[in-house]
Amino acid sequence: MTVLPPEPGPWVLRNRSVLARVLTAPLVVVVVGLGTALWVSSVELDSIEQRTLNAGYILARVQEHLVLSLAAAVLVAVLAVPAGILVHQVDSGPLRTVVLGLANIGQATPAVGVVILLAILWQTGFTTALVALVAYAFLPVLRNTLTGLAEVDEATREAARGMGMTRGQVLRRVELPLASPVILAGFRTSLVFAVGVATIATFINAGGLGDMIVNGLKLQRFPVLLVGAALVAAIAILLDWLAGLVEDYARPRGL
Amino acid sequence: MSFFPSAAATPGGVSIELDQVTKTYPGQPASAVDSFSLRVEPGELVMFVGPSGCGKTTTMKMINRIIEPTSGSIRIDGQDVLGLPPDQLRRHIGYVIQQIGLFPHMTIADNVATVPRLLGWSRKRTSERVEELLHTVRLDPAQFAHRYPRQLSGGQQQRAGVARALAADPPVMLMDEPFGATDPITREGLQAEFLRLQSSIGKTIIFVTHDFDEAVRLGDRIAVLGERSRIEQFDTPAAILTAPANDYVASFIGSGAALKRLALLPLTGARLSEAAWPLGQQPRLDPAGTMRDALDLLVVTGAAAVDVVDGSGRRLGALTHGDISAALVGVPATGGAAS
Repeated sequence: MTVLPPEPGPWVLRNRSVLARVLTAPLVVVVVGLGTALWVSSVELDSIEQRTLNAGYILARVQEHLVLSLAAAVLVAVLAVPAGILVHQVDSGPLRTVVLGLANIGQATPAVGVVILLAILWQTGFTTALVALVAYAFLPVLRNTLTGLAEVDEATREAARGMGMTRGQVLRRVELPLASPVILAGFRTSLVFAVGVATIATFINAGGLGDMIVNGLKLQRFPVLLVGAALVAAIAILLDWLAGLVEDYARPRGL
Repeated sequence: MSFFPSAAATPGGVSIELDQVTKTYPGQPASAVDSFSLRVEPGELVMFVGPSGCGKTTTMKMINRIIEPTSGSIRIDGQDVLGLPPDQLRRHIGYVIQQIGLFPHMTIADNVATVPRLLGWSRKRTSERVEELLHTVRLDPAQFAHRYPRQLSGGQQQRAGVARALAADPPVMLMDEPFGATDPITREGLQAEFLRLQSSIGKTIIFVTHDFDEAVRLGDRIAVLGERSRIEQFDTPAAILTAPANDYVASFIGSGAALKRLALLPLTGARLSEAAWPLGQQPRLDPAGTMRDALDLLVVTGAAAVDVVDGSGRRLGALTHGDISAALVGVPATGGAAS
């Protein structure tokens, strides 16, 4: 009798290593956050620092930062996944090269340059920062959508067609579910990109935690700089952690 | 309601006719399949056998239009398939491929339910059919229905693949080396089960293989294909083994044609001689075997004859070397394997 692998268990608590992975990131964030808070409370703050290092100011910057980076990530998902599907379905070499080339340019161009150029040519503020972020974070989702769809086993696809699925049915019922882990991994990368790069929004007056980092540098107020940087890092780690959980949870069973 | 007109009237298969079917790929001077014509009778299991790259798979895949023919016509039950919508057509043709192609993210039950769902069957009818089919291919539904493909062995996966192809009870099945990727022991088991299954469902089947022995074992008729899918010989296994049409077919049969023919001759239909010795003096053989089993026993034991003894201990007769040789000569060239 063949020994069969066990049934997939509950999604998170399959074993201790998974549990450790699930808990590590929040623990690191809590420890670093507490350490920073303790240190800041132990130093004497001057009036400039006091204006920045208070709950109202920090929460406002965090909110701006989150809204900007999450909006960018959602837009990337809404635009890059369909773009990837379209390129895959059309299956034309030149189209693929052009679309991937554009996305590559978006990512390769320094984001600061793009933001400032857009501000000069167009306007300053939230919308401009959003456009720059979307351009910058587009590639991982697009590339992973293309890769994920292309990696679907040819025999699986042929079986689906051979049973009479239309092209759309093959896409929805077979190709997209099988590609979803790869697509989600791309989205996770884009999300972390967006959180990091959203700090440059401050240069075009679009707020965010970049305000604290840049002010801290310009005015040589180390506590301000440190808190801003620590917060960006914490947000990036936590969002990456959340996206990881979604990846685990949304992964089709049986894969 | 049925897609092919006579599929509703007759529970088994329908005819398949290929007429001057040609496939030419653009930019290639020679056609991959060159005016291929062949008729498969309803309920018949026809084997396409030939070397790799001879076009046998291409020929088969034109029937469900996974590959579109360049010219010629293909009729199933008299209906021109090239005039039917391909997706609709494929839902009424069973399709099994060597790599199986089970959907890894779906349970076995969902895999088997694929075509019934495409056809819009009710939930109840679909689940009843899935359960029935899993029983048919000997995968206990209680144990396997909710497993995922990767939790099954290769042989079990292939049986699930066959169940999936049979789900909507298609009158026609296309099978592309379905047992090619399994080990010899599993393959023999799958072949035996497949023959048992076919004897009860009587589908019209086109089965592609490069294994001539598999073709002999399973086929009602065998089409031996040469380059560009040219039909070198199309006949029953016994007829091809007895009288290969040319050197190509003979080389494909390989050595031991007589032995292969003996394997096609059941002891039940054999002419047995009278035994002039007491039961127990010679080795005994069950009548469920073939002439080849008898010869095998003669060679192994060195005995002069074997007794054919049925389950109740009654001796039906005996077989000597001479009887076995006579059986090879006496078999008519066609229809010898019909059982």
